[in-house]
Amino acid sequence: MAEDILMDIKRDYVLSRIRSGERIDGRGFDEFRQISVQTGIIEKAEGSALVKLGNTQVIVGIKMQVGEPFPDTPEKGIIITNSELVPLASPTFEPGPPDENSVELARVVDRGIRESEAVNLEELCIEEGEKVWVIFIDIHALDDDGNLMDASAIAAISALMNTTVPAEKFEVGEDFRLPVQDIPISVTSLIVDDYSLVDPCRDEMSVGNNLITITSDKNGNVVAMQKSGSYLLSEEKFYEVLELSVAKAEEVRKQVVSQINQGDKDGENEES
Amino acid sequence: MQKPKLIVDGKRLDGRGFEELRPIKIEAGVLKRADGSCYLEMGKNKIIAAVYGPREVHPRHLQDPSKAVIRYRYNMAPFSVEERKKPGPDRRSVEISKVSREALEPVIMKELFPRSGIDVFVEVLQADAGTRTACLNAASVALIDAGVAMRGMVTSVAVAKVEGNIVLDPMKEEDNYGEADVPIAFLIRNDRIESIALLQMDGRLTLEEMKKAMELAKKGAMQIYRLQREAIMKKYMKEETEEPEEENEQ
Repeated sequence: MAEDILMDIKRDYVLSRIRSGERIDGRGFDEFRQISVQTGIIEKAEGSALVKLGNTQVIVGIKMQVGEPFPDTPEKGIIITNSELVPLASPTFEPGPPDENSVELARVVDRGIRESEAVNLEELCIEEGEKVWVIFIDIHALDDDGNLMDASAIAAISALMNTTVPAEKFEVGEDFRLPVQDIPISVTSLIVDDYSLVDPCRDEMSVGNNLITITSDKNGNVVAMQKSGSYLLSEEKFYEVLELSVAKAEEVRKQVVSQINQGDKDGENEES
Repeated sequence: MQKPKLIVDGKRLDGRGFEELRPIKIEAGVLKRADGSCYLEMGKNKIIAAVYGPREVHPRHLQDPSKAVIRYRYNMAPFSVEERKKPGPDRRSVEISKVSREALEPVIMKELFPRSGIDVFVEVLQADAGTRTACLNAASVALIDAGVAMRGMVTSVAVAKVEGNIVLDPMKEEDNYGEADVPIAFLIRNDRIESIALLQMDGRLTLEEMKKAMELAKKGAMQIYRLQREAIMKKYMKEETEEPEEENEQ
């Protein structure tokens, strides 16, 4: 019960700040938290990334296998995305099979990557109709301080960009870099009254989980959307968030790319 | 598989124009045991929805002392699709159930039914693209049939991009081979679209196309809304004519 009262106080505080045009951590309404991307942190994985979005932390690991293609796409590789909201990451996560939030997280991340055609799946065909590469994208939450969605999406594409296809291990040719041709970026906003807050942190979520995620590709096309949470969204608000999200994604994309490039450079320096 | 030509001479595979819905049939009160029910066809989609409640919530710890708990189960029958679907919930059904429940929750007047539960079960008997939207339409009618107080009607329709055109209510082929799919649900009240209750999208659309899709969805939803209302009216008219007979029997 004590927790409930604390929640109430927290919610009132967050709300009053929002209504006076501020966020509790001093960010602008359209401002992301600090983004940090480290790639190649798990040697056993074909590709990996640790992403921090403020205090939210997610690891994505990529594993690859040779498998059979789907009958309707005999000349294309396969992407399978899963997420595990392990109890280590939040007091509200419980062990066991993935719940609806976990399933939704994985599916929305998957849609962004799939629909933007971020991975050139045609190049992952080994033998048409017989053998193709299967990419497993596994999202592993470490610390949920809000907006696991965007952190996971950034981690997923960063890990893919870091992936080497293990052809030698499976005796199907030489290892090669996974062909990544787009960088989809999702932008999640919390809707509160008539306000929208980009990249909400956990404390801000105390006012409710009225979220909308809009993912766009490098050319500014919308590739995935998901309204999440029990609320009604006005059409005007939707258009506002839509345009903001596409613009914001461009900014985030630049940051992610520069972080990955920086990491690659540091790695080279260490080697030499 | 070769992608078939989806639009020929400005017409779609089933002869529809871009802004045309598939034929829709809605009937309220089709099940005896359920508190409310609805059978709905939308093209080749065949959907049956049942509502139980407000009733006691089990297990008890799920009860909410301030409002009703809403549960929504979207389920596909194994025989509803070309390749038999393994029975039970898969990841897709889990996600659809979640977003559909979230579309209805703010529309149902939950605070009128503290400690109780309202269960919405929707079965897809035959699927042909747009099942989540058809299911929501059926669920909404079933809820009203059950006498659950609602702020308005939830009406849902999908819009797709097919060979560069924004089209209403895509069928299976258009969903499979189209460039984008946008399922949307609205809260409609007194013949007016008030807000968006469900919104998903996958594919690739420019901002302009997205706006066009939204406008087209609104047009389509208004037509479906009228059919939903009609189905409920029909059910009540039937009840009125049936009542005197019951009195005679006594």
